[in-house]
Amino acid sequence: MKALIQKLVEIPGPSGSENLIRQVIRQEIEPYADEINIDALGNLIATKGDISETGLKVMLVAHMDEIGIILTHIDEAGFGRFTTIGGVSPVNCVGGRVRFLDGTSGVIGKEKATNTHNPPTIEELFIDFGVSRRQECPVKVGDVAAFDRPFIDLGARLVSKAMDDRIGVAVLVDTLKRFQKSPHQVYFVFSVQEEVGVRGATAAAFGVDPDLGLAIDVTDTGDTPKGSKMEVSLGKGLAIKIRDSGMLADPRVVEWMINRAEKEEIPYQREVLLKGGTDGRAIQLTRSGVPAGCLSIPCRYIHTPSEMVDFQDVQNAARLLLELLQNPVRLGYAE
Amino acid sequence: MPDPHTSLRIDASQVRLLTRLCNACAVSGDEDEVRAIVLEQLRPFVDQARVDALGNVLITRQGNGRNRLKVMLTAHMDEVGLMLTHEEDKENGIFRFEVIGGVSERQLAGKRIWIGRKHIPGVIGAKPIHFSSAEELKSVISLETLRIDVGPGNSSKVQIGDRATFATQFSRLGPSLRAKALDDRIGVATLIELVKKAPSNLDLLAAFTVQEEVGLRGAKVAAYALDPQISINLDCTLANDLPALNQTDSPGEENTRYNTRLGAGPAIYVLDKGTIYDPRLIRFFVQTAIDQGIPYQIRQPGSGTTDSGSIHKERSGIPSLSISVPARYLHTSAAIARLKDWENYLRLIYAGLAGLSPAVLSEPR
Repeated sequence: MKALIQKLVEIPGPSGSENLIRQVIRQEIEPYADEINIDALGNLIATKGDISETGLKVMLVAHMDEIGIILTHIDEAGFGRFTTIGGVSPVNCVGGRVRFLDGTSGVIGKEKATNTHNPPTIEELFIDFGVSRRQECPVKVGDVAAFDRPFIDLGARLVSKAMDDRIGVAVLVDTLKRFQKSPHQVYFVFSVQEEVGVRGATAAAFGVDPDLGLAIDVTDTGDTPKGSKMEVSLGKGLAIKIRDSGMLADPRVVEWMINRAEKEEIPYQREVLLKGGTDGRAIQLTRSGVPAGCLSIPCRYIHTPSEMVDFQDVQNAARLLLELLQNPVRLGYAE
Repeated sequence: MPDPHTSLRIDASQVRLLTRLCNACAVSGDEDEVRAIVLEQLRPFVDQARVDALGNVLITRQGNGRNRLKVMLTAHMDEVGLMLTHEEDKENGIFRFEVIGGVSERQLAGKRIWIGRKHIPGVIGAKPIHFSSAEELKSVISLETLRIDVGPGNSSKVQIGDRATFATQFSRLGPSLRAKALDDRIGVATLIELVKKAPSNLDLLAAFTVQEEVGLRGAKVAAYALDPQISINLDCTLANDLPALNQTDSPGEENTRYNTRLGAGPAIYVLDKGTIYDPRLIRFFVQTAIDQGIPYQIRQPGSGTTDSGSIHKERSGIPSLSISVPARYLHTSAAIARLKDWENYLRLIYAGLAGLSPAVLSEPR
């Protein structure tokens, strides 16, 4: 699975420009899916299985897009100005490298600070393409780039840009490949534009109209020096989301996931995230509402070019997801 | 045979229509005055015209021929403005008020206004310079200290909840237009013209929407109702291109945040806060502009939203594009646009519509 993860994270694919990553995912899943569709916004939707009498229509979603930047202006001297796509902090940009979809690379520089106490703003940053005039600039206003950092395998831990949410994509692809018998009909949705407001999933959830939904995304940890006050740590198992700022996970879904994890003795952690949201919210609020939750992969340094996950956590997440799908669902409706 | 697209012009009758539209008072939530003009103009031309629960005007004009694309065009009828909230002094006609939509406090003091459907005149009183302290002169006069004054004569003609707009009459200044509410009466006027001259290769669904300025609300339900295959939104966007800001005295002094420029043609959107626009539609309209020799510009990616923000996420998703007329000083008492930009805008959108087919959705993104 490490090879698959590396392949996925290194592809540039910021929100709205998911062509390359969508093609690669499609190639991976084509031999395994019953049906594959691309909807109006570009979500890649694969289905597996038929719905049995006791089964449900289940929607799983991992987002293909990553954060990035988009060019707003090329000045006379050939320097580019940009704005952000998704939650990009200027602090994480300075000195970084970006890669445009056509392969063009650039370096992010900053203007000299007038007040060294304040961190730079996006308006004070620019991209250096190594050219001297506007006419020599290989890209144009409106072109999109992702942050550029290679994948590294530290053994137990993996580091790359775009673990958010290519690691979720990897788990979903892996699950689809190993999916065998199930009472459920499962929609594997690889969504677009999550980072700019769960937009792809909003449309996909309406179209799929599921009985139950689960997002697979990363979550923060509390295990770094003077870090967030959060119980989740790398290496202690997959995280079962109870709450984030976009969604209160359906308690029945949380219970369903915990019960299965305990039954199969898969290490898990209970997750309460203070700030951040996932595609799960979009599913929960679609049409007349859907019981929804999220299976999270603990990740350090989210929205930086060096996001870190624990490989065992990832494997455990894939294990749990498969077990959840291959067994009937009893959501414990209170009558 | 002459190319039909190039014969599209902005003539005197269209400028008269835009005059009526801009001079109408239709602040978000009370779009009646503009709605009446739209219905009067279009009823003779369309298969179906109805007003929905929120006040959107929804219009269908079917084309002919096989395999027609269902295209929705939208323009918003509402403008930013004010609302009277509290009668402070009934006898003298003094009211407190709130802003509706994005109107900066800095735009208010001393302005003349019209209130309600009868355009009752009033003024937003400001303390003259003689009585202002040095400290006061440095800061913005806050909303809390401002009052609308209609005087004793008219105090019985206005009431709490009435909406008000800046009292700006439309005027032609040579190559320019000066008016309030160019955002988005210029889109409304353009859409009226496009419905009248609708090309027959597609099914045209026109939505004149309400409440765009307070959160893209009308468009959301209009998109749900009309359920188109693609959507093109007609709006008006800021040109922050004053010559003083464009001087390149030294490196790094260039105006890098102009958004759009007057005279550079219709502005095609790539990305804003609300929407990442469909790349196939962007490419299609850019190519149309190039093929037809129509000037165009790319609106700088960045802040702002259009009705596309709520449209593209509706139902199972609707590929969307916004194209706008550039104008300076939007959301103030008077904005300025160039007639030539409006004309090229009408030409570009018409040419695009005439060339659209379901094939555009089979293109790779």
